[in-house]
Order: sequence, then structure tokens, then C-alpha cells
Amino acid sequence: MPEVTMTVNGQQVSREVEGRTLLVQFLREHLNLTGTHVGCDTSQCGACVVHVDGKSVKACTMLAVQAEGGDVTTIEGLASGGELHPMQAAFHEHHGLQCGFCTPGMVMSAVDLLQKNANPSEQEIRDWLEGNICRCTGYHNIVNAIQHAASGGGAS
Amino acid sequence: MYDFGYHRPKNLSEADAALKEASEPTLMAGGQTLIPTLKFRLANPSDIVDLCAIDELKGIREEGGNLVIGAMTTHAEVAASDLVASRIPALASLAEGIGDPQVRHRGTMGGSIANNDPAADYPAGCLGLGATIVTNQRQIAADDFFLGSFETALQEGEIVTAVSFPVPEKAAYAKFPNPASRYAIVGVMVAKTSAGVRVAVTGAGAGVFRDSAIEQSLSGNFAADAVGGSGADEGDLNSDIHASAGYRKHLIGVMAKRAVAAANF
Amino acid sequence: MPDGSVGQAVKRREDHRFLTGKGRYVDDIHRTGELAAVFVRSPHAHAKVSAINADAARKSPGVVAVLTGADMAEDNYGSIPCGWTVTDRHGEPHKAPPHFPMVRDKVRYVGDHVAVVLAETAAQAKDGAELVEVDYEELDANVEPAKAMQAPLLHEEAPDNLCYDWVLGDEAEADAAFANAHHVTKLDLVNNRLIPNAMEPRAAIAEWDSGTDSYTLWSTSQNPHVLRLILSAFITGIPETKLRIIAPDVGGGFGSKIYCYAEETVCLWATKRIGRPVRWTADRNEAFLADAHGRDHVTHVEMAMDAEGHFLGLKVDTTANMGAYLSNFASCIPTYLYATLLAGQYRTPVVYCNVRAVFTNTAPVDAYRGAGRPEATYLLERTVEIAAREMGLDPAELRRRNFIQPDQFPYQTPVALTYDIGDYEASLNEATQMIDYAGFGRRKEEAKLRGKLRGIGFSSYIEACGIAPSAVVGSLGAGVGLWESAQVRFNATGTVSVLTGSHAHGQGHETTFSQVVADTLGVPIESIEIVHGDTGQIPMAMGTYGSRSLAVGGSAIMRACGKIIEKGKKIAAHLLEASVEDIEFKDGNFTVTGTDKSLSMGEVAFTAYVPHNYPADLEPGLDETAFYDPLNFTYPAGTHICEVEIDPETGVTEIVDWVAVDDFGKVINPLIVEGQVHGGIAQGVGQAMLEHGIYDTESGQLVTGSYMDYCMPRADDLPSFRVGMTETACTHNPLGVKGCGEAGAIAAPPALINAITDALGVKHMEMPATPEKVWRLAQSAAAAE
Repeated sequence: MPEVTMTVNGQQVSREVEGRTLLVQFLREHLNLTGTHVGCDTSQCGACVVHVDGKSVKACTMLAVQAEGGDVTTIEGLASGGELHPMQAAFHEHHGLQCGFCTPGMVMSAVDLLQKNANPSEQEIRDWLEGNICRCTGYHNIVNAIQHAASGGGAS
Repeated sequence: MYDFGYHRPKNLSEADAALKEASEPTLMAGGQTLIPTLKFRLANPSDIVDLCAIDELKGIREEGGNLVIGAMTTHAEVAASDLVASRIPALASLAEGIGDPQVRHRGTMGGSIANNDPAADYPAGCLGLGATIVTNQRQIAADDFFLGSFETALQEGEIVTAVSFPVPEKAAYAKFPNPASRYAIVGVMVAKTSAGVRVAVTGAGAGVFRDSAIEQSLSGNFAADAVGGSGADEGDLNSDIHASAGYRKHLIGVMAKRAVAAANF
Repeated sequence: MPDGSVGQAVKRREDHRFLTGKGRYVDDIHRTGELAAVFVRSPHAHAKVSAINADAARKSPGVVAVLTGADMAEDNYGSIPCGWTVTDRHGEPHKAPPHFPMVRDKVRYVGDHVAVVLAETAAQAKDGAELVEVDYEELDANVEPAKAMQAPLLHEEAPDNLCYDWVLGDEAEADAAFANAHHVTKLDLVNNRLIPNAMEPRAAIAEWDSGTDSYTLWSTSQNPHVLRLILSAFITGIPETKLRIIAPDVGGGFGSKIYCYAEETVCLWATKRIGRPVRWTADRNEAFLADAHGRDHVTHVEMAMDAEGHFLGLKVDTTANMGAYLSNFASCIPTYLYATLLAGQYRTPVVYCNVRAVFTNTAPVDAYRGAGRPEATYLLERTVEIAAREMGLDPAELRRRNFIQPDQFPYQTPVALTYDIGDYEASLNEATQMIDYAGFGRRKEEAKLRGKLRGIGFSSYIEACGIAPSAVVGSLGAGVGLWESAQVRFNATGTVSVLTGSHAHGQGHETTFSQVVADTLGVPIESIEIVHGDTGQIPMAMGTYGSRSLAVGGSAIMRACGKIIEKGKKIAAHLLEASVEDIEFKDGNFTVTGTDKSLSMGEVAFTAYVPHNYPADLEPGLDETAFYDPLNFTYPAGTHICEVEIDPETGVTEIVDWVAVDDFGKVINPLIVEGQVHGGIAQGVGQAMLEHGIYDTESGQLVTGSYMDYCMPRADDLPSFRVGMTETACTHNPLGVKGCGEAGAIAAPPALINAITDALGVKHMEMPATPEKVWRLAQSAAAAE
């Protein structure tokens, strides 16, 4: 079995994996980082979104071996020093989550949006979230939370 | 997913060697179609040859007035490229509409056209703009490259290295997405080029095709109002739970009109 | 001090773990030595299973066992029961054919359970499952409810594929009302099949402890105690004392996680048979195939009116699809949760409803968000809208003319329910003001200039929630009582554990229930923990569905709090040397009336556990359990109005405005309530515009078996919603609450279809209103002009 080495949430990890091991399986089953979820099998729901080398990707549509040498950030690595990331804080403040299952992917996707577009319009937020499905919130409060995070009001 | 051997060559000759050594290899570009296919066990390659580490397949550049895009360039990179935006903005906006942001971060132009999904966007981009597909063996005109549903002119072991786009006078892409999958139900690339008007349609049929009736209607007058109906035979168009052939045929005309309007904007 | 948080938008206490990736869902849990289960599912809609050859599978690397329905029969595992017996129009019980967790004779829908492969890893189990050879003798299949009674027989026990033929109301009375009608509005409609799609796929882990011959089952369940009851009493024979069910964090349910499913039953059986823990997690494609689906009705409706538009009578004829087997509560959805709502908000004096429930070669159909009430509301609000157009009356005015008036409560409807309270016109008026109904004509004209067709649609809905008075549902055939339990347990240092039977899977109970307890007992919210989802910790309970958690579960908590206060008064009286009658409890303090002698709740709790100075006749401890059986259903109601704009060239419909004005009674946490409304509307919009569970009528294959074809609402499909509230407090529960979880899903579909048909100028269109359907209607409407 090939060995794969990458940095996950700031720590270097190496494991032997089958070639067919998906990045999401690697995170959940090999590293016990169960915050990254699997909600579909057609790369559409986005519950598995993580950052690889600073970009949001679907960890269910990437092999672990493809992340060789990469820098991976999962939902567990977003808060720092016990402080929620402003996006996490905004989701809390504006009730942007209900059952919590889509939430990690939704937050990781939203963080990436603001990296690219610091001040998105409502329509730009809704368009960006095309790859993240939520069944609980109707997206209303997710969009609201992202708008507030963008305007720096996440932890207000 | 069935298990497989995994290879990550650093250059084209290593890739070529890896392909030759394996019994039933598959090339992987961004993997955004291949991995779901593998997950459903719809493919069972002995080996996967991952092209992600081959630097010569990456990058966007100008060559002899053409825009040349490396096969492993991601959709997000095309969408964000200043060079693409300045030379062929239609291509940037097409790339911006593929899949979702996460798919665009991984999916590549080479992977998309080699797969030739009949509802993918890039085949319409390449055919509509009259691109040339460059492989490790030859150059193939887009008109000769796309052969129907998931079929291309690529031979076994042949690797797409880049796509070369002549810069059109005007062009735009308009897409009517499938509400569920967000692939194109109908996507139309219109281009006014020095060699005439080209109109390529994806999503509607068994593969990307040029709509000669619309091309003719625009040849004298490249204006939205000039767009006539699609010349496609309804019997050749797709019909499914999302759209009948008749609706698709109608949408070809509407999307062409909207693309022309956008190109002239 | 009372916390004062009731009525406040308290931020959710459960958020932190979900936001940091520390939620704990079933698939996150691993047990030492566990095996992965993968099911071999039927590729056919209807076929005899003549042989299963698993030799090659058993030899596949990592495979430990391949088990079938025949193996399960050896161990005397029973059939999955239906928990509600509907009595048909002839007084006969419904037909409930056997529903074995793995088939014993034939498969009856695509995805039916044929065998299970257990292996060291999920990938190895999948490898093995591919090698299981099944000989099928294909049979003709039918997926359409309207054709079911003429179709090939699914079950010997159910002639004509008929589960029941049921009526509510008196047909002759209805005919008499229609005989006097000035106008009759008639409509044929379909309520489209939906696939629930909670984002967390179902999962189960079963572990048998050989030392005690006991089992633990981790399940994605909305009601672990009900699951235990069904598994114990009907299927496995395992005593409840030997079966612990844990439903940890659950990622959405919407009804689909109420039921006892084949997969978890098989895991429970296999863990003892193999002697190792067994885990199973659904792939999304399995969720599409084998989760219980929702809706799927074919209906004809007629409404009679007098010359002024007063409703005289309603006749409804429905064929309801049960799927291939009766799911746990399937039978009551198109009867007691449907026909009983057909009076709506109106004074219609006579209602007659006939429902035929039929079996087809499709996945079982059961409750999905709203469950019967969306179907009733859709047909009623569509009919009212069409009636208004046919009579040349304003749709708001027609509704006003027929509303039950505030002074008529309690109101006995002709369809069994007694509404306790409401003010329907108040909600309608608020909604029309919020959306500026008077300005609609101007907006329509302005849209026309932009080439868009603008339409407006109303939906004035009512639902019966707070399910349900046990005696009432028992008389109608329910196999269970529908009370709820609560235990309020003070700890010696004054912190409080609240154990509730109302499982949360997104509803925010940990926050709302804490607010209630904090306010009632005067304890800081930080000192309260809410415990749910574990039969090993919580008293017997009934679970979460039918917007019942606060109205029923919350009432049980209130009752337990009342017992705590009562006992606290005795302790305080002793310590303060006063009589119990002189102790009053207020703001978290026990005070001798008219004095400043006072003890805090914390001091009383401490004394209860350190009873050195304590009443001689009183038990130590401060830990009270209560059960609450509701006196009536609750009746949330309101009006939603939406406006749409249609691009006639493509048929694309954009929702440009949505106002929802709901009366949920008292609101404990408006932030959470509004979130429930948003989510409900989104699912209703999904039904009306995007979602449709389609089986191929020839092959019986599920055509919409993934997100590539089943269209889930996404952020760019939806607008922001404007939510308003009116309030009439529920008269019969201690909190005055009614329930808010299903309202949006109930209200939204008719509002949207009313708006779209208004824009197009057509009478009706079937859901979902896809672009092609809308485009075709826009073309014909344009041609007709």
C-alpha cells in the first residue's frame, strides 16, 4: 500500500493507505477527524468540504494519495486558541445551522468565499453555495451569517 | 470503489511509461468525474496515472495570437485568469459556471474534454471557438475531436497536453442548467471569428454539435434578433425527465440569442 | 431569579460542537472488532427470488458472513409491524402483509433487501456483495397508485393491492349540500412523491454483549424508545431490559428517521449471530432507494358554494400510495392526519372523504414533514384559489368570508377535530399588509414591461400538531399512546439534568427546553443540561414528530418542574419553620409569604441531598419524573403569500417575495422558530418547484435516485423569507404553545402553485412546476390571447 504524507490542521501525518482511499475516509477513519461528513455519493452535497492548499474542495472526490505533500485544513482546524473563527461565530450568532450535518462543509466553503470575495452580495453568496446542500435551514440564516461575517460582524 | 495501482509521474515520458506498463490504466486529471465513476464501480482500472504533478501541462499563455491553456489548468484558474478575461472573456465566464466552486478547484480543462460528457461545458467552448486540441502525439481540430457521447478522437495512451484557442472577435456562452445536476440541459457557445460565425451546442444531444442553421442566421448579421430557430432534428435531441427534445430545441434558440446579446454587450 | 429568557432569541447551546466538528453522529462511532454490513438489494421492482448463491462472496477477502432472509427466519425474527390499524368502510382492519427485514420469497421494489454481506471493511463487504448471485424470476410490476388495483398482486394477503378503502363523513349529507350549490369547483390533482433526504444518511451500529446477553444499538432515530418498543415487542423478542438504543446527534429526520428499518434490524440480529459488532451506513443512493418516501396521492376534489361564495360542502376522493410494504405509521397518514384537516380554516359544514390506500412496487411511503397535512392543505388551498377565480372573487376576500371566527372557538369541525383557538383573519391581514397586496397590480404591470409574468398566491393553512391525545388516537387504531415523559433531576450543587423523550435532530431542544426550565425554576441556563436520545438514561418516551416536542415534551418538563417546586416548598417550609401553605416560589426563591425569610432553589436542592435538617416524612433527593398526555391536538395556523416572476421564454420561475405569518401560540425562542419556518418553506418550495420521486412506469426503476436527478433546493433556488407572527395561546397546555416544525412545508406548495397559475392565467398545473411545464403553459396562454 502506498504511504501518504500531508499536513492536516498544522500537523504532519503519514499513513499507509489503499490507493482507493478517499481523502474524506482518510480524515475520518485514519485520523478520526469526524467533523468532515459524507452526505452523498455524487459530489454534490458539500458536507465533506475541506481546504487543500488553501482552496475548498470536496474531500469525497479526491483520493488521499492526491493530497500527498498538501496542506489540509478541516473544520477541526478552523478555530484557533479556543476562539471560534469569525465564520463559525457568525453561524452561531445568526442561527445558520440546525442539525449540524452540513455545517462543517458549509462553513469551510463560506470561509473560502470570503478569501476570494471579501464583500459578496446576497446573490454571490447564494451562487457560491451551489455545492453545499442544507436540508434544514432553507439557507436564509446561512446567507445571513455569511453576510455578517463578511462585514466583520461575525462575533458581534 | 475497486482498488488500483496509483502513479504520479513527473513528466509526460514518465506518464507514457506508466501507461505502457499497466494492464488497464486510466488517466486522471482533476478526477471530478472519474472518482464518482469509480465510487459507483462503473469503472475498474488496474492503475490510475495521475497527471497532477506534470508541470508542462499547466499554465495559461499566449502563443502566436492564440490563447493556449494547459490541460491540467483548473476551471477556477481559467475563470480567474486576467489573460483569459482580456482575450476570451466568454471562456472565463464558461469556466466560472462549471459545477460548483469546489469542483472548479479540482476539475481541469483537459479532463473535461477528454471525458466529453454530452452535457459538459468545455466541449461547447472548444467547438464554438474553433480550438485545437494538442496532445502528446498530434494536434486535433475541435471539429474532429468530439465524436459523440463520451467519445473523442483520442487514441489509447494519448494525453491531452493543452488546448489552443484562436481569439474571436466576439463570443459568449449561455447555459440553461439542469436544476438538479447543474450540468447543461442546453449550453450554447456563439463566436464571431475571422473565419465566420460558429455556434456549438452542448447538453441537447448525444454530444456537442454545431448548429449550422443558427450559424447561417447569424452569418450576415451577428445580432440577437437575427437568431433563427435551431436546425437540430428533434429526433436527435435528448429527452429525459428534466426536458423534452422539443423544449431543448427551443432552448437552443433562446440560449443562442442570449449568448449573442451577451457577446455584443 | 427567573431567567427571563422565555420569548428571547437565545443563541443555541448546541452550536459549539457542530461548528467545531465535534458533533457525534452514528457514523462517527466505532466499536472494537466491528464488521461492516453491505446489503444486496433488488435490482428488480418485482421478482421471485428462486436461489441465492453466496459461495463466491464468502470466499472474497475480508468477508466473514453472507446472511439471507432464510437465515433470519431460522432465528425467529419477525416482520416489521405497522403500528396503526386503520379500519375500513366495512369495519374490517386494513391489510398489513408481512414485511420481513430481508425477503423470504420475492422482492417487491427496487432496493428491497435480499442479503447482507459482513466483512472487515466496508470496501470488502461491497466487493463481496457484488459476488452474491441471485436468481430472480421477474414479475410484472406497477409503480402507479392509480393503476394499483388492476395491477399484478404484490401480497397474497392484500387482494387488489388494496390496503384499505376508508371513509370519513357522510356521503349522502355531502350530496345534499352539493344539490343546493350555486357553483361547484372541481379539480384533479397529484401530490407528488418526495424523498426526504435528511443530510445525514441513516446508519446503525449494533453490539451484543455475550456476558449479559444484552444489546446496544446506535441508530439515527428520531424516537429511540419507539424503536426499542417495536424491535422488542414485535420483531426480535429481546426484552427491553436487554436492549439499549442510543440516538446520538442525528443529522435531520423530517419523519424519515421515525421508523424501524430493515437495515438496523439486520445489524441487531447479525451482531449476536456473528458475535461481533456490526455497523452499516447508507450511501446516498441507498437512502434514495430505501428510506421511507412521502406524499404520492392522486385526488379528485369538489367544492360546493352558494352565490356569495360560502362553502357548502367538500368531497374528496384520494388514492394513496403505500409503496410495497406498510411502514410503521403509513396507514394513518392519508387518513387521520389528512382527511381530518379538510375543513382547513373554514366553516365548511359538510366534508366527505374517501381514501383508498394501495400497494405498489415502490419504496414504502410514510410520514414526511407535514405528513398528510400538506396533502390536505394543498388540495384545499388550490381549490379555494380556483373557486375564487371561477366566482370572480378576490382570493383573500373569499377566504375571509369563510374563516371560522374568533368567537366560534372551541370549534367542532365536521371532520372530527375540535379547534381550541385561532384568529385566521389576523394572520391573513398581517400577511396582506406585509406583502403590500394592494400594490400587486402595479408590480405586475411593472414586471410586464420587463417581459416577466408576475403572479401572487395565497395559502391559509391549518395543521393538527402536538400529537396526540392517547385515548383519541387509540380509538382510531393507534397501537401506542402519544404522551411524553420528562425527568428533572437536581444535583446536590444546584445544577439540573433534564431528561426528555423528545429527541432533537436539528430543532434546538437543548436551548428551548433550557429556557423553559431556567425560567420556571429560576436556575441559570448554564446550570442546565438537556439529555435525550438514550433509552439507557431516559424514562420511557415517545419521541419527536408531528411538531410535538414543545407542546407535549415541553409540557411534561413543565409538569416535572411543578413537582420539583412542590417538593421544594416542603423542604423550604421545614428549614424556614413555616407551614407549606405559607411558602411561595417565585424568581427561583422559596419565601415565607409576607416576610423576607427566603431560601434559594440551590439551597433547597443541597438540603435535599444533604438532609441533616429535613422533614421526617419526606424522601431525600430532588428528582421528579412526569408524563404528559395532551388533552387535544394543537392547531398552528397562518397565511403565507408569495409572488413569482416567470420568464415566458424559458419557463424559469423566480420567487421574488415570500411572507409567512404564522400563529404558533406562545413563542419560546423566536430565532429557532423562524429557522423552522425558513426550513419548512424551503422543503415546500422543493415539492412545488423542484422535487419529484419518479419511478419508471415500465421498469419500476427509481429514475431520480441521486442528486443528479432528484432536485434538492439550493441556496440560489430560494429567496430570503419575511416571517411575521400572530399569537393566540394554545388553551390546553401549560406553555400555550402549538408547534412550528411543519408549518412551512404545509403552507408553501399551494402558495407557490397558486402564484404560478395566477401568473400564467391557467387553472392548474401539477407539481413540481418545472421550467418546461411552466414554459408550455406560458406558450399556450400566449397563444390563447
